[in-house]
Amino acid sequence: MVSSMTDRVRALVAAHRADRGALMPILHALQAEFGYIDPGVVPVLAAELNISRADVHGVITFYTDFRAEPAGATVLKLCRAEACQAVGAEQLIAHAEQLLGIKLGQTTPDGAITLEQVFCLGNCALGPAGQINGQVRGRLSPALLQELVR
Amino acid sequence: MVTTIYVPRDSAALSLGADQVAARLEAAAADRGRPVRIVRNGSHGMLWLEPLVEVVTDRGRIGYGPVTPDDVDGLVAAGLLDGADHELCQGVVADLPWMRDQTRLCFARVGLTDPLSPGDYLAHGGLAGLRRALQTPPADVITEVTESGLRGRGGAGFPAGIKWQTVAGTASAQKFVCCNADEGDSGTFADRMLMEGDPFTLIEGMTIAAYAVGATEGYLYIRSEYPDAIRTMREAIAVAREQGWLGSDILGAGLRFDLFVREGAGAYICGEETAMLESLEGRRGMVRAKPPIPAITGLFGMPTVVNNVLTLASVPAIVAGGAAAYQALGVERSRGTQVFQLAGNIARGGVFETAFGMTLQNLINTYGGGTRTGRPIRAVQVGGPLGAYLPADGLDLPMEYEAFAAAGAMLGHGGIVVFDDTVDMAAMARFAMEFCAEESCGKCTPCRVGAVRGVETIDRIVAGQDTDDNLALLGDLCELMTEGSLCAMGGLTPMPVRSALLHFADDFGPNGRRRS
Repeated sequence: MVSSMTDRVRALVAAHRADRGALMPILHALQAEFGYIDPGVVPVLAAELNISRADVHGVITFYTDFRAEPAGATVLKLCRAEACQAVGAEQLIAHAEQLLGIKLGQTTPDGAITLEQVFCLGNCALGPAGQINGQVRGRLSPALLQELVR
Repeated sequence: MVTTIYVPRDSAALSLGADQVAARLEAAAADRGRPVRIVRNGSHGMLWLEPLVEVVTDRGRIGYGPVTPDDVDGLVAAGLLDGADHELCQGVVADLPWMRDQTRLCFARVGLTDPLSPGDYLAHGGLAGLRRALQTPPADVITEVTESGLRGRGGAGFPAGIKWQTVAGTASAQKFVCCNADEGDSGTFADRMLMEGDPFTLIEGMTIAAYAVGATEGYLYIRSEYPDAIRTMREAIAVAREQGWLGSDILGAGLRFDLFVREGAGAYICGEETAMLESLEGRRGMVRAKPPIPAITGLFGMPTVVNNVLTLASVPAIVAGGAAAYQALGVERSRGTQVFQLAGNIARGGVFETAFGMTLQNLINTYGGGTRTGRPIRAVQVGGPLGAYLPADGLDLPMEYEAFAAAGAMLGHGGIVVFDDTVDMAAMARFAMEFCAEESCGKCTPCRVGAVRGVETIDRIVAGQDTDDNLALLGDLCELMTEGSLCAMGGLTPMPVRSALLHFADDFGPNGRRRS
């Protein structure tokens, strides 16, 4: 890991030192800044927060949001929860997989798009729902999907 | 004269282009030299009409919807700015049956106001609850909440006042109020809409809770899937601090309470209260064994009120209007109102707040208008992914906790997901197990291993392998998970599975839908 990242980790820890349960806010801040959580930050965080490396690693790997490597330039999440399934989410996902030539959880070889599943975006009356780079979309159709990933 | 136009900022409206609609409206008005003030309100909850544009006229707020960005120029040309008629015109929004027939206490302001305007909040009755609470001894506030009959809206339905009483009765110098906004159940979105549409109400409810139990610090745990709600709540908390509604001398009454947002990270299990507390402490979201209960040993080991968004957001109206008025609504042991959510394959989806007791059938057909596809209803799941599937002929159930429990179902958070006759219920049962396998925290074996075995067993049944033996095995497994799991995740996953087996047995047989 480059030393500039180590410096940033220390700065983020310092910024959150007064927070209770600071590890989660720190990990969110790291992910927001770098797009992923480099495994190299584990010993730095452990030392700074006076907890074990196992604890830090355990937290990072427990939560779906924290990535071990950068995602594609665009992250497309499609909802697979029941309300969206009731209006064709599974077919939409099959269509997306075919369109992009990848499976859920994968990134296109050119690094353009990461396709992921999500369980509920709270848009359950306007499904199938999805989220593209953090923005929620509703009533997704194959045509709309094609437009989004173009 | 400046014309006031409302365009919702609720993420359901944004998901269909509300931002672009607002931008196009502004441009179209400017082209005509008409001064307008565009207010970004919450959503009224008629989500099939989103984006719902409202124009303020002498007759009231006239609604147009659903408006796409491309509709805007035509609408403005047709006289939208003066409330003129148009095929998208819905008339005066407050007079629509969907709005008129509701009893909106928790959602009283959602859709009406600018969510971040303190002036709007006060003009629509905001802070009446907190002001009254501050003139009442804390113990009497708790009595009021207990007597109102308010039960936890997160799903479990535990009486809120009893929980508060337990926290108040502890001697600890440090206590917390935590709001569980990890609304992960499919078919539920009322927490999100409240946070995006009327965040001050939640802040007020948490402040009343803090006053009642003697807490000085609060945490709001919001799932990361709700970025708009997180932003809105953070902004609202900053505004509330500026207004003296949070901080060291709230409303000049000497009350000290501050509130912080914490973001989840994509773990359904963190909606379980003890897993949420672990996550708030910066750890893996592993469920804790109970006892000790969080009311005595909660966040960082301190006495903690943990309530759902709608529970806390119902408190200001209860304290302002008195326990008797709230208690007068509802039926049996389900008192007051519940914010029901119509979702899935539904013609008119959205939120509908009404007293407990309306039948599921009435909600779905009269208000929801049946399925979106126009096909017959085959199944309805109430209460999220851990709730039972009800068959189309079993919908004549009053929406209240005990009636649902008696029917082998669960009211939960009031989410209603409708499926039409194309649904494969063996696939839905399999999904329930798959979801549990994906989201289990892994602490207890029945849930961690049982869910994986459940998927495999359903696959064998559907494939026609030793069907009778495997059905018996699945029954055993469901019983084990129900009785042996540490929390509701493993304990209730059998509910959708067993109800699917009970009501839709044919789907699991050789002539099931997947094979036909």
